[in-house]
Amino acid sequence: MNVLVCGGTGCMASDSEKVIKNLELIIKARGFENEVQVVKTGCFGFCEQGPIVKIEPDDIFYVRVAPKDAKEIVDEHIIKGRKVERLLYHNPEDNKKVSKQENIPFYKRQLRVALRNCGFINPEDIYEYIAAGGYEALGKVLTKMTRDEVVEEIKKSGLRGRGGGGFPTGVKWEITKKQEDETKFIICNADEGDPGAFMDRSILEGDPHSVLEAMAIGGYAIGTNKGIIYIRAEYPLAISRLMVALGQAREVGLLGKNIFGTDFSFDISIKYGAGAFVCGEETALIHSCEGKRGEPHYKPPYPAEEGYWGHPTCVNNVETFANIAVIINRGAEWFASIGTEKSKGTKVFALAGKINNVGLVEVPMGVTLREIIYDIGGGIQGGHKFKAVQTGGPSGGVLTEKDLDTQIDYNSLIEVGSMMGSGGMIVLDERDNMVDIAKFYLEFTMDESCGRCTPCRIGTKRMYEILDKITSKKGTMADLDALKQLAYMVKDGSLCGLGQTAPNPVISTMKHFWNEYLELVKS
Amino acid sequence: MQIKSLEELRKIKEQYKDRVKLRSKAETSGEETEILIGMATCGISSGSRETLNAFIEELDKEKLEDIKVIPVGCVGYCHSEPTVQVNIKGQKPVLYGNVKKENVHELIEKHIKAGHPVERLILSTDFETVE
Repeated sequence: MNVLVCGGTGCMASDSEKVIKNLELIIKARGFENEVQVVKTGCFGFCEQGPIVKIEPDDIFYVRVAPKDAKEIVDEHIIKGRKVERLLYHNPEDNKKVSKQENIPFYKRQLRVALRNCGFINPEDIYEYIAAGGYEALGKVLTKMTRDEVVEEIKKSGLRGRGGGGFPTGVKWEITKKQEDETKFIICNADEGDPGAFMDRSILEGDPHSVLEAMAIGGYAIGTNKGIIYIRAEYPLAISRLMVALGQAREVGLLGKNIFGTDFSFDISIKYGAGAFVCGEETALIHSCEGKRGEPHYKPPYPAEEGYWGHPTCVNNVETFANIAVIINRGAEWFASIGTEKSKGTKVFALAGKINNVGLVEVPMGVTLREIIYDIGGGIQGGHKFKAVQTGGPSGGVLTEKDLDTQIDYNSLIEVGSMMGSGGMIVLDERDNMVDIAKFYLEFTMDESCGRCTPCRIGTKRMYEILDKITSKKGTMADLDALKQLAYMVKDGSLCGLGQTAPNPVISTMKHFWNEYLELVKS
Repeated sequence: MQIKSLEELRKIKEQYKDRVKLRSKAETSGEETEILIGMATCGISSGSRETLNAFIEELDKEKLEDIKVIPVGCVGYCHSEPTVQVNIKGQKPVLYGNVKKENVHELIEKHIKAGHPVERLILSTDFETVE
């Protein structure tokens, strides 16, 4: 038998060391030291209820254990096998005691929809995907649903584009479907370029068939038999897994001619991107697919009307596709029951920066930043103080302490001056200088500007030069004014999303951390 | 074999169901023991390929032939890569983090052979997955 006691910082601060000592003393006094081991573990991530003690293999989880409780745990639980009721977690929602760790609500904060198979199936074995329920949605769609019903189902689900735009997916499908053209295309945008974002890569590496299946469903709905995956060449593993998946799907006839014995045929080809950030913008992506320079063009016409080689083209993001099969299988109502009024379902975020649990999380829309950063992300590294979080990558902005309780969805993040973006979240602590952060992002967008329009091409360059001057402590108040003015000029005058959002990190750090700019200028 | 109807797909699903049954949290009716290793970019860059090779070598050496080693994608715990999940029939799956090749011997001896999970490497999971 093992007695696990949390030795994380939070629990240590609330006397877990003494709890361990008392447990050991009493176990020894009762003569069980050979059968029962007291183990000091890492943080359970439930610090506010610490110290935590867990008994294995009984799988009983005690909270707020004081040193004086050690005796009761040993005598009652370990020796007599009876749970110590008063030390169990008390769930305020239903007023019940919870004894198993996994039943504590905190441990269920994440809900995996898009990531449902990642880490659980072999991505290079189509039979494992099928065993997990894969391709059933495609079968259902092709044999039991009309194209209109599919579009209607996706519309009803409230699914919005997960690449960051947040455009309703069902509406995009509907517009593309309505176009009168015999040739149409469906494209998967796998050109994930935000610094620190790797949601799409993980989905493609861990569950490539979920994207292929959804593309076929989308192809059926909009009325095309040609799909293209535009993926950046920097993702070699994702590419090779996609290749394997495509080969296997063709082999068993889930791609190709007359799928499920119907008259629907569909196949997918892969195009490689050369790593230009702007090619994640759908019009630039389409140009790149055509072999032209990856430059955006003015919308309208939207790709849904006039896209790849002038034909109606539906462009959806990897994560958007990863949700489709689940919506078909479980129904639009189920999907729409998750999330907030205007943002349904879940969102995958990539946590990076000064956060303890760097990694991927998938949470229902409407959770707060605080829950993501502290409860799921485990708080700030090294016990430092939280300063800001950058969401939306180089197009987004910083959010500070006062925004931590904002419920995350597409609209609320825009209201507080940032955006959902594709899901990168970079956490910054008190040691980070915000002007440096703004400069980092601006250097990125300056490099990535395609050069087509002047405000973006020259504006980002000049903004970067001013920021460089400021961070080298050579800046003046006039530079700050010029930077601010230029920021709004670039924002208002640029052709595409890249330029229109490139100044956001500067604008938002100026708004929240004006003092840091002033300090650099004054010194 | 070509799948030409929903019925055929479901037949295949039934046929292969046991393969993944062992992995869902509560199900225990699988046939064998399996070891899932996170082999996405994050895992590989932290050494999961070495971990995987170490498992294969050691299992081979110990003649533990009914144990399958399966490469899988990323479970999202990039902070603790390489991640390894051990699923043994009749037991709750256990997810380990930071499993370097040096830890493989210990996992095989203690958990797979003797049935005692190595607590110090266990990651607690905090998500539920749609069916």
